[in-house]
Order: sequence, then C-alpha cells, then structure tokens
Amino acid sequence: MDSSRLSDAKIREKAKQIRLKSIEMVYTAKSGHPGGSLSIADVLATLYFREMKIDPANPVDPDRDMLVMSKGHASPALYATLSLRGYFPETLLPGFRKLPSKLEGHVHYGVPGVEASTGSLGQGLGIAVGMALASKLDGRKNRIYAIIGDGEIQEGSIWESFMAGSKYRLDNLTVFLDKNGVQLDGFTDDIMPMPMIPERVRSFGWNVVEIDGHSIPEISSSISKARECKDKPTLIYAKTVKGKGVSYMENNPKYHGNAPETEELYNQAIKELSTQ
Amino acid sequence: MIGKPESLRDAYGEELTRIGDADRDVVVLDADLSSSTKTSIFGKKFPERFFNMGISEQSMVATAAGLALSGKKVYASTFAVFLMRAYEQLRQSVCYNNVNAKFVVTHSGITVGEDGATHQIVEDVGIMSGLPNMSVIVPVDAPETRSVIRHLHDSTSTPFYVRLTREKFPVLNDADYEFKVGKSVTYRDGSDMSIIASGSMVSFSLEAAEQLKGKGIDARVINMSSIKPMDRDAVLKAARETGRIVTAEEHSIYNGLGSRVAEITSETYPVGVSRIGMRDTFGKSGRSWDLFDYFHMGVSDIVRISEEAFRKESSYENIS
Ligand SMILES: Cc1ncc(C[n+]2csc(CCOP(=O)(O)OP(=O)(O)O)c2C)c(N)n1
Repeated sequence: MDSSRLSDAKIREKAKQIRLKSIEMVYTAKSGHPGGSLSIADVLATLYFREMKIDPANPVDPDRDMLVMSKGHASPALYATLSLRGYFPETLLPGFRKLPSKLEGHVHYGVPGVEASTGSLGQGLGIAVGMALASKLDGRKNRIYAIIGDGEIQEGSIWESFMAGSKYRLDNLTVFLDKNGVQLDGFTDDIMPMPMIPERVRSFGWNVVEIDGHSIPEISSSISKARECKDKPTLIYAKTVKGKGVSYMENNPKYHGNAPETEELYNQAIKELSTQ
Repeated sequence: MIGKPESLRDAYGEELTRIGDADRDVVVLDADLSSSTKTSIFGKKFPERFFNMGISEQSMVATAAGLALSGKKVYASTFAVFLMRAYEQLRQSVCYNNVNAKFVVTHSGITVGEDGATHQIVEDVGIMSGLPNMSVIVPVDAPETRSVIRHLHDSTSTPFYVRLTREKFPVLNDADYEFKVGKSVTYRDGSDMSIIASGSMVSFSLEAAEQLKGKGIDARVINMSSIKPMDRDAVLKAARETGRIVTAEEHSIYNGLGSRVAEITSETYPVGVSRIGMRDTFGKSGRSWDLFDYFHMGVSDIVRISEEAFRKESSYENIS
C-alpha cells in the first residue's frame, strides 16, 4: 500500500476541517448553503486527500483526475477542501460571496482547482460526461468525478446524461449521489418522490454501489469498485444526512440555504463540529 | 415620493392568493423554489391547485401549457435564470399555442446579490421579448406588482413574463395605482432630458434627477414597466419634448429597455439615447446595493451619464 495514504482517522479530521470552514464561510457571508456542504464533506475529504490523483502545484496537468461539483451551491465545502488541499491560501476563504473575491456564491471556474462553474442544477453531470469522453479520446488514464444532489436528479438533463454515460461506456466516470433526502422547499419524498433510485440508474446501464456516505472506508472501497468496473460508468449512491454534524441543521430544510442566524447558533455549530 | 422598501415577491404571493380565492380556475406551479418565489403562500391555502413540480423547469413549463390549454389560468414561478432553461418549451408549447399562462419569476438581475453570477440573470428581458405573443413586464414596486397580477388576471389571456426581484424595492406608487399593459408612468416631469427606467433603476433615477436639478438640468423620469408592448407614445413624446434620452435598467444594455427605446426613436424620431445597464458582462457575488456601483449603474453614474448626454446633445444643437 502507498505509504503516503492517509489513515481513516486523518481523513475524518480533514472532513471535520471542511465542515468547520464551511460554517465559518457561510456565517461570515451571512448567506450560503450549509446543509448540502456538511452532507458531502466526508466524500470530498476522501476524494481529495486519498483517492484523486492531483497536484495542487500543477492544477492544469492534463493527466490529473477531475471533479465537477454539479450541485454548485455546495461551494463552501468545495472551496474549503481545495484550500485545505493547498490550491490556494485559507486566508482567502473569508472573502466568500463578497466583492471583489473570486469565491463566488456558486462554484466558480477560475478558483484554482475548480474544473467548471456550476450553480444551475442538472448541468454538471453532462460536463463530466464531456470530460470523460475527452479523456477517452486522448487515451488518458485519469478519472472523472461528479457530485450530484438527490433533488438535482429531478432535472431531466441528469437522465439524459445517464443515457450518454452508458452509451459511451464511460468507465472512467464516477458519480456520487448525495442522498440526503432534503432539497430546497422541503423533503425530497414530499416535493418529488423518487423511489428505487439505484434500480432506476442501474436500468440506465450504470454500475451502482450503495454506501454510507459518512463512512470513510465505504467511500474508499466504492471508489475502488468503480475503478475495477469495466465498460460502465459508476454511480455511488451515498446515503447521507443533510447538515451532518450540526444538530439543529440535521435533516432541517431551513438550513439548505440559510446561515446560522445568531452568534449563539454559530458558536454552537462550531462547538459541535469541533468535538466530533 | 420615494417610500419605504417593500417586497415584490411577498406582494405577488399575497395577490396570487387573493385572485385564487375568487377564481377557482387559477392554478399555480413552482419548481422547488416556492418558499423563495412566495407561491408557497398560495400553496398553503390551496394545496389542491398548487403543483410543486420539483427541480424540473422544463416539465413545469410544458405542464403549464397543458393546464392552460385545458382552460386553467396558470401562474408558474421559479428564479428568472432557471426559467430560461425552458426557453424552447416557452416558445413551442406556450407562445406558439398562445395560452393563458403567466410566468412570474423572482431573483432577477444583480439584486440577487451574494448568490453571484450564476444566478444574476441580465439577459432575460431580451430573451423573452423575442418570443412572439409573449409580453414582458418589470414591476417597479410592491403596489405595481399587485396591480400587474390583478390586471393580467382580469384583462388578458395571453402569455406574460413578469420579472420580480429578491430585494425589497422602495414604494413609488400609491396603493390604488392601476397598471395598464403598454402604458408608462411619468414620475417626474422635466424638459431638458428624459430618463426612461425600469425596476430598481427607477428610484435611482429619481434620486439622480434630484441631483441633476442642482446642476441646472431638468430631467423627466419615466417608469417603463411595460417593456413589451412598450409605451411608444411616451418614448416619442420624451424624444420630441426633451431631445435627449438616457435609459436605465438592471439588465444588459443589449436587447432590453434601452435597445427598445433606441429602436423606437431611431425609426420615428431619432435622438441621442445613452443606455445604462450591464455592459455585456456577467454579474458577481456581493451585496446587492454595492453591485450597482461596481457595475457603474449607481445614482452617481446616472448623474454623470445624464450630464454627458445633456451636453453632447446641446453641442449638436449648437452646430445645426
Ligand atoms: C436549475 C436549477 N433550479 C433551481 C435551483 C435552486 N436550487 C438550488 S439548490 C436546490 C435544491 C437542491 O437539492 P439537492 O440537489 O438535493 O441538493 P442538496 O440537498 O445536496 O443541497 C434548488 C432547488 C438551481 N440551483 N438550479
């Protein structure tokens, strides 16, 4: 095994830092999307600190692995991850959502390490399909990742991209579905029920792996399974908790797109996350 | 004259509920943004006539067309930027069938603020104005929003695009003000030049006119909320009577209010038209009201450009 490989405990520590920074950014900006940032922190930590072949010193290396954050409102988590990974200084994070910072409210191409601007749902998966096709055309061995939301998959364009992914046998493409059960107006089961997602995506010709999206070993082993799977793209159906780690945000649609309203709530969030 | 800020989208949600109370044919759709667009107010009162279609704008627009073709009076809402994804459904299913469906969108322009460039659409008025049968309205405040919704319900049966905002805007109209499609309102008369504005830029233009007065320039200020059809008479009257026009909109200078005013004047009574708005650029994250200065669309910019326009036109007159 690679000696530089971080232990599960170290990855968990990174995830904790991502969560803390996300909350700090959203609180400083007095706006932004904490819920879907907290739910995806473990996946981001495992990808960026263990699984992806990347070099922050050379963010345009053609052989690098690439990730598209299709649910572009999870910008706090992605920006925090990229800065912790060394793409840019952490001191820039408080500029989030403010003039004249590049750290736009939604994921912005131009921030080092970001591979595509996103924020309008349902488009990032198509972008990832395009990147996976280009990689195949060029005979590169890199891997393409995308992160999509369980509300986001209500967009028809997501299913159009699922079709293309299997038609072109994009086994270099791995997609995480952040199955946190909450969208903007409320719970996904109420807004637009979509049972049997793994079965549906499998019927579109994809390899589907179901995991606990907060378990570092499960995230890692699902990525290995995706690498081993030939001729099919992989969807990793990651069961998560929206707002994971902050008690009053967990499973609470209110904190999809709201910052902690008071200093007390902010302090409570930081305290809860720090002691995990 | 410039009153306290009030929310246009709250006004929309409340008025929608009022017309829905009186008319059982009113149905409302949203695409997982009802808590922000305020159609949730209607949805709570009339759950059986409210359809949250999920994050599926194309499906929402096509469904709106189907409901309208079956005799329903349809209101569909999302953020302005996301309705654009369903452009072709709007074209084929809504406008070509010329159905009674109103698309009342919120969070348009740069006053979306912190959400940033991805959400700050400044092209929508142009995109929607290009559609045959589609009318385009940009209400200036909460009373006008209420009046627009009432008027469209009572007097029209064709597709409309109504552009609302996230931010509250200062109230400029009385509660009994009555909006009419294709009519503008002159808030301030003036003889040296005219500022034709829409949305947030109207109250900025009124402030600018006050400053221009101090510089000896008497500016007319017109609220052109009906972008399509536009009040041609008011535009041509301004051209004839004041000779110089500045337009101001929270939108691209391409294909919006400014372009349309320039078309009308150049076809009939050419005068200098200076356009204030977004200059072929995307927006940026920041506080809404700071962004106007950042993009050179603030009160001081209106004053500066109006002065320039005034002097430029004067010198033309001196030559002739
Ligand atoms: C095309 C489009 N429509 C609507 C929105 C507004 N919006 C932002 S986030 C969101 C809910 C997303 O839910 P989900 O995909 O489940 O994300 P998560 O719960 O992981 O944050 C909505 C409706 C958008 N960004 N893009």
